[in-house]
Amino acid sequence: MSTREQAEAPSEPAEASGWTAAVRRRAVRELPPEKLLPDTQPKYVASWIYVFGVLTLAAFFVVLGSGAVLAIQGPSWWHASGTGHFFNSLHLWSVELFMAFMVIHLWGKFFMAAWRGRRALTWITGAVAFLGSIGTAFTGYLAQQNLDSQWIAVQSKDALNAVGIGGYFDAMNFGQMLMWHIVLLPAVVGILVVLHILMVRRHGVVPPLPLKSETTQEEQP
Amino acid sequence: MSMHVQPVLAAPVDLNGPGHYLNWGVIQLSVANLVVVAVMVVIFLVALLLPFPKGRGRR
Repeated sequence: MSTREQAEAPSEPAEASGWTAAVRRRAVRELPPEKLLPDTQPKYVASWIYVFGVLTLAAFFVVLGSGAVLAIQGPSWWHASGTGHFFNSLHLWSVELFMAFMVIHLWGKFFMAAWRGRRALTWITGAVAFLGSIGTAFTGYLAQQNLDSQWIAVQSKDALNAVGIGGYFDAMNFGQMLMWHIVLLPAVVGILVVLHILMVRRHGVVPPLPLKSETTQEEQP
Repeated sequence: MSMHVQPVLAAPVDLNGPGHYLNWGVIQLSVANLVVVAVMVVIFLVALLLPFPKGRGRR
């Protein structure tokens, strides 16, 4: 091979320079395709308690889809249209299921100490996504444009003022609350959910807690 | 919706009225929310105890 041919030949990915190549190498090293999209799971995953994570994710997709339809026509659509009322109800009940599945998922992971085995960040992203979901649900209540939303706004403003954030996060400001509900908070929750799932893929599903006899044997010298 | 269909789709509990609340000192909880929490706890216990169907592709 001549010198010119050698120069034109495609180099190995490991030898490629630049930030895109570095990011690609890191991504493939941390999350190889068989880890990112596995076709098998460990035997201990065959339990109903492991189903609630994906149920939460499925409900989240319905929340995003129904919310997108509501965003097309605006927050007052559901007051005057049967179709709007249907999508508003779909949005509400998918959120109810999302929160319920997420809390049962949280209970399951708490009692199996799912932060074991370098999974602390997985646990933290899940916990922060849960808090973000509460904020998203709260701003959703404020976007209903009815007496309920007015009542919640007036009651909550005192609490927000008491902790000193009322000037930046004003529950009485409908436009601001709507933007938080449909742009900022869904983006935060969505990004955290993606990171959470990627970390679960990277470290694998947490194994069950060891039996007491196994723990005792491990502790003995 | 006609009057004949409405009873079939009506809620099992009459929702047209003020809610019922339980009070323990400063803690106030609606019966509706308590029922939801109880159902979630039941689902959690069932998920732990109910055997999972055997599938393929598990190691």
